Amino acid sequence: MTMPAVRYHVLHETRYDYGSPVSLSQQQLHLSPRILAWQQVEEQCVDIEPTPSWRRDGLDAFGNPVTWVAFHAPHDSLLIRSVMTIAVEPHLPGDLKNSPPWEAVRDRLAYDATDPQPADLDATRFLFESPHVRIKHELADYAADCFPPGKPLLLCVQALMAKIFTEFTFDPEATTVSTPVLDVLENKRGVCQDFAHLMIACLRALGLAARYVSGYLLTRPPPGKPRLIGADASHAWVSVYVPGSEYGWVDFDPTNNLLPDTEHITLSFGRDFSDISPLRGIILGGGGAEPEVAVTVFPIEEEDMPRELLAAIESRKGAG
Amino acid sequence: MTDGSMARTLLAIYPHSARRYDEMMSADGAVRPHWQQFFSHLDAVAPDEMRQRLAFVDRRILENGVTYNVYAAPDGADRPWALDPVPLIIPPEEWAEVSAAVAQRAALLNAMLADLYGPQTLLAEGLLPPALVYGQHGYLWPCHGIKPPGDIWLHSYAVDLARSPNGQWWVIADRTQAPSGAGYALENRLIVSRVFPEMFRDLRVQHVADFFRAKQEGLTALAPVEGDEQPHIVLLTPGPYNETYFEHAYLARYLGYPLVEGQDLTVRGDTVYLKTLRGLKRVHVILRRQDDSYCDPLELRGDSALGVPGLLNVARAGRVVIANALGSGLLGSGALMGFLPAICERLLGEKLMMPSVATWWCGEKPALEYVKKHFDELVIKPAYPTQHMEPVFGHEVKGEERAEILRRIEARPHAYVAQEMVHLSQAPTWSRAHERRLLARPVGLRAYAVTTPDGYSVMPGGLARVGTAGDTRILSMQRGGASKDTWVLTNGPVSDFSLLKPSVGVRDLVRAGANLSSRVVENLFWLGRYSERFDDSARMLRVALGRVVVAGGGKTPAVIAAMALARHVGVLPEPDEDDPVKEGSEHVLLEAIYNPDQPGSLAGNIRSLMWTATHVRERLSLDHWHSLNRLQRDQQAALKKHPTLTEAIAFLDRVLGVSSSLTGFAMDNMTRDDGWRFLIIGRRLERLSFLAQSLAQFLTMESASGPESLDWLLDLMDSIITYRSRYSRSPELLPVIDLLVFDDSNPHGVLFQAGVLTRYLERMGRELGADFDGELAEAIERLRAFDLGKLEHLPYSRGFASAPCSELAGLLRDLQTAAGQLSDWLGMRYFTHVGDVSRQTMAL
Repeated sequence: MTMPAVRYHVLHETRYDYGSPVSLSQQQLHLSPRILAWQQVEEQCVDIEPTPSWRRDGLDAFGNPVTWVAFHAPHDSLLIRSVMTIAVEPHLPGDLKNSPPWEAVRDRLAYDATDPQPADLDATRFLFESPHVRIKHELADYAADCFPPGKPLLLCVQALMAKIFTEFTFDPEATTVSTPVLDVLENKRGVCQDFAHLMIACLRALGLAARYVSGYLLTRPPPGKPRLIGADASHAWVSVYVPGSEYGWVDFDPTNNLLPDTEHITLSFGRDFSDISPLRGIILGGGGAEPEVAVTVFPIEEEDMPRELLAAIESRKGAG
Repeated sequence: MTDGSMARTLLAIYPHSARRYDEMMSADGAVRPHWQQFFSHLDAVAPDEMRQRLAFVDRRILENGVTYNVYAAPDGADRPWALDPVPLIIPPEEWAEVSAAVAQRAALLNAMLADLYGPQTLLAEGLLPPALVYGQHGYLWPCHGIKPPGDIWLHSYAVDLARSPNGQWWVIADRTQAPSGAGYALENRLIVSRVFPEMFRDLRVQHVADFFRAKQEGLTALAPVEGDEQPHIVLLTPGPYNETYFEHAYLARYLGYPLVEGQDLTVRGDTVYLKTLRGLKRVHVILRRQDDSYCDPLELRGDSALGVPGLLNVARAGRVVIANALGSGLLGSGALMGFLPAICERLLGEKLMMPSVATWWCGEKPALEYVKKHFDELVIKPAYPTQHMEPVFGHEVKGEERAEILRRIEARPHAYVAQEMVHLSQAPTWSRAHERRLLARPVGLRAYAVTTPDGYSVMPGGLARVGTAGDTRILSMQRGGASKDTWVLTNGPVSDFSLLKPSVGVRDLVRAGANLSSRVVENLFWLGRYSERFDDSARMLRVALGRVVVAGGGKTPAVIAAMALARHVGVLPEPDEDDPVKEGSEHVLLEAIYNPDQPGSLAGNIRSLMWTATHVRERLSLDHWHSLNRLQRDQQAALKKHPTLTEAIAFLDRVLGVSSSLTGFAMDNMTRDDGWRFLIIGRRLERLSFLAQSLAQFLTMESASGPESLDWLLDLMDSIITYRSRYSRSPELLPVIDLLVFDDSNPHGVLFQAGVLTRYLERMGRELGADFDGELAEAIERLRAFDLGKLEHLPYSRGFASAPCSELAGLLRDLQTAAGQLSDWLGMRYFTHVGDVSRQTMAL
C-alpha cells in the first residue's frame, strides 16, 4: 500500500529592524527547498523588501539552491519572505536491522588507493571535520556504547539518537550558533542544531558519513501526545549514509527521537550549519540587529487555511 | 694568501661534516669549482674591511626598516631581518635542473587545483584520498566550480628545497597560499650585491628583476579588462600586524601596485572596486597576501573583519583575478607529497622531476604501520596546513609522551604525516663573533615561480635560510634563523633590467594618483598632522625646559607661564595635586619628553607618527623612512637610560632637526598629487591650531606678563631671528603680536598659515569638486579686521588683563575652532572611517 504525498504551504519570514540605517548589505539565502526523490516543489518564491540592488541565483557546491542579494542604498529594515508549496512522499527506510554492520560501512568509506563507487565518494564529503563539527575522541567515547561490534549501522544510529534525546534537554537559552559541540556535550543542553551537530560529530568520529539537514517540521499537538519541539522555526536534523541502493541516506531527528517522514520538509543539506545557514549576511552600519523569524508550516489538505497565509500565497500568484 | 700579513686561509678552520653535503667544499676538502673565485676574494678581504661591510649590511637593514614581525614578541615589536653576507652560490647546470623541476611542480599543482575545484577526477580515480581534500579546512567548498581567468589558480608558488647528503635537491614543503619571502630575497640581493660588487659582476650572477617583471606581465595578461580599461592591480595585505608586512609594503612599492587592506575594497554586484578619493575604481587583479579563508566574510569565515564581503561572487563572474585563487592553500599539505608522482603522470603525462622528502600519510593503514615501526627515524607533522602543531622528532620523545602522540595519531590518523628526517646541507656563513672565520650552517632554499603567458617562470635564486646553530633542523625566520642571498651563476649574458628607479629621491609618492585609496589619504593627512604636532610639542618642551634651566630650579614667572602654556596645549598633563613631589618641573618635563604612554607627550606623538607612517610606508621614500627610523631609535635608546636635562635638550634639538628634514622630504620629494595635498593640509591645519591656541592662551595669562615671556614666545613660534632683524630692541607686545599674528611674510605667523591653508583648500576644492566650509574664511576675515591700534600704548604689565587682548584671544580661539571643524569635515567627506567595520548577521 502506498501512502499519498502530504502537501504543505510554508511561509518563512525574516525581518530585521535595524537600530540605525544600513548603508551596505549583502546577504546569502538558503531559503529555497531542494527537489528530492520524495519531495516535489510545486511553487516557491522569495520576496525581498527593499528591492535588492543586485541578485544572483544558483546552486551551491552541495546542489542546494542559493540566492545572493546586495543592497547598495541605505535602508532601515529588511524583510525576506519565502513562500512555498511542497509535496512530501513517505520515505521511511526499510527494516533498520537489515542494514550492514557499522564497521563494514566505516571500512568501506576508508581510502584504499582504488577508485571508489561514485555514491561512496560523494558520501566522503560528509566524513570529516567541518567548521561546526570538530571531531574529538570524547565524541567517539560518548557514542561507543551505541556501536557494539557487528551491530547493524542503522540500529546503532537509532540508539545514538535515542541516547541524545534522553540525555539532553531542549533549551534555547543554553547555546548560540557558535557554541562548540564539546560544550554541548558537557552541558547536555541545546537546540535542534546543537543536537544535530553533536550527533554528526559522533558519527564522523566513528568514521561514518553524516550530513546536516535544514528544513521545517509540522507541529501540532495530537491528542494524548506532547507537542513536538521545533514548532514555528526552522528545524535541523541528521542524515547518515548507508552504502548500497537499498538505503542510501537515512534521516534521523535527534531533537524528537524519530525518523523523519512526511512531517519533515527538507530545505538544504551540507556538512553542517555553516554550509546552509538560511540567511547569512554582512552589513555596514545598522546598530543592533536581531532578526525576527516566523515560520508557518501548514498542511493543505487537513486544515482550513489561515487568511493571512492565503493572502500571502494569492498575492504571489497575482504577481507571478 | 701569499701576503704575510694575512693569517692562514679561512679553509683551515672551516668544519667538515661527514653527514652533510657542504655547499662550498667537496668531500675531499677542496673548494668546489663554482665557489673558488668567491672564496679567494673572501679569503683576501682584511678583517677591518669585512667589519665595515657587515656594518653596511646592518645599517641598510635598519635604515630600510627591513623587519620581520614576531608574533610571540611581547610588544609585537618588529625584529630586524637577519642577513648573512656570504651568498649561497649555485652553478648554471645545476640551477637549470632545479628551475625546470620547480616550474613543473608549479604546473602540476595548478592542474591539481583545477581538478579539485572542478571535476575531481583525482578523487574518482583513487589517486588522492578524499581526506586530503574534503578533510582539509583549507578546501573551500564555496569556491568549488569557480573557474578563474586563464584557468590559473596558482599565480605565485614557493617551494622549500633542501639538499641531501648525496647532493640531490629534494622538496621539503610547497607554499601555495600566499607565498612570502620573494621581497626579502630582493632586498637581500640589493644589499649583498653592494657588499661584493666586483664579485657580483665578475661571477655573472643572474639578476632577479626579470622575475618580478614576469610576475607583473603574468598578472597583467590575465586581468579581465573590458574595452580600453587599464589593468588595475592591487596588493591586498592583512595590515601592519602581519609578520611579513615589511615585504607587502616593499613589493607594493617595487611593483608599483597600491597596497590595500580589505576595507579599502568594496564589491558592487559583480565587480570589486577600490575606494579612492575620487570615487570607486574597478580592480581587475588582487595580488593577495591575506589567507584565503579571511577574504570574504559573506561566504568564508564570517568572524573576520579583514575581508571583502561579496568577493567570491566577483570571482564567480570571472571579473577579478585573485592571485592565488581562493582555496589554493589546500596544496600546502605535506601529506600530498607521496601522491604526487602518480598524479604528475596522470595530469601532465610526465615524470615528476624532483623528489619530495619521503613522506608517509598516516591515513593509509600500511603507512601508519610503517610510522609506528620506524618512529625514531621520522618527524611527525600535521597533515593539514591549518592545523597548528609543532613538528615532533620521533627520537626525542620517549615514554608517556610518545604513547600520547601515538594515541593521537591512532585516533585521527588522516590528520598526521611522517617525514624522513632531513640532513640539510651546510653552507659557509660569516661569523660575527670571531675576527675572521667561516662557520658551517645548515641551509635550505626557498625558490619561487610565477605564472606567465608562456608557463611558469622561476626566480634565478631565492631566499636561502640558515640555522642559528650547527645542528638546527628547522629553518624558520620565526625561530630566529638568518637568511642569505642566492647567487645563480650563468654562462650566458646577464640581463641588467631593473625595476628600481635609478634615483631614490623623486620616486616618492604615487604612480597613479587617481587610484589613491581613501585610507591612504586619511593616513597621509594624519601623517601631516602628527609630523607638525611632534614638532610643536618638541618646541614647547624646549622652551619650558630652557626656562627651567635658566631659573636654576626656581619658580620664576617665566617658568610658571611656560609650564602653564604647555599644560594648556596638552603637552604637559594637568598638575597632580595629590603628589606635589612628582610635580617638580624637571620630572614632569622629562616624562613629557620620553614617556610614550603619557597622553600628549613627545614620545607618544612620535609613536603616533610612526604608526601612521607605517600605514603609508609604500608611499614614502627610503630617505624619508630612514629619518623616521632614526627618530624612533633615538627615543628608544633614551628610554633605556635616565637622561639628564642637558641630554634632554640635546634630544629635543635633534628631534627638531629631524622634523625639518621631514618637512624637506614632504616639500621637495613628494609628487604633488591629492595625497600630498592632504598631507600638507594636515600639517597646516595642525600648525594653525597650535599657533592660534597658544597665542590666545598667552594673551590671557596673568603669569605671562613679564618681558622675558615675549622672548620665549618668539622662541616657541620660531620667530626670534625675524624679530631681532626687524626691531633692534627687546620684545614689546605690539610688534610681537604683529609679527606672530598679522605679518603675511612670517611663515610662523597665524595669518600666513591661514593664507597657505586656504590656497591649498581652494585648489583641492576645484579638483575634487567640493565646497569647503566658509567658517574658516570668516574667522580669518574677522581676525584680519582686528584693529592693532587697540594694543598701542597699553602699559605692558597690565596688557594681558586688558580688553583688547581678550578680544584678540577670542578671535584666535574662533579660528582654532573653525580649523577643528574643517578637519572633522574632511574626515566625514573623504576618509574611509577606519573604525566603521562590517559585521555579520545570521538568521535561522
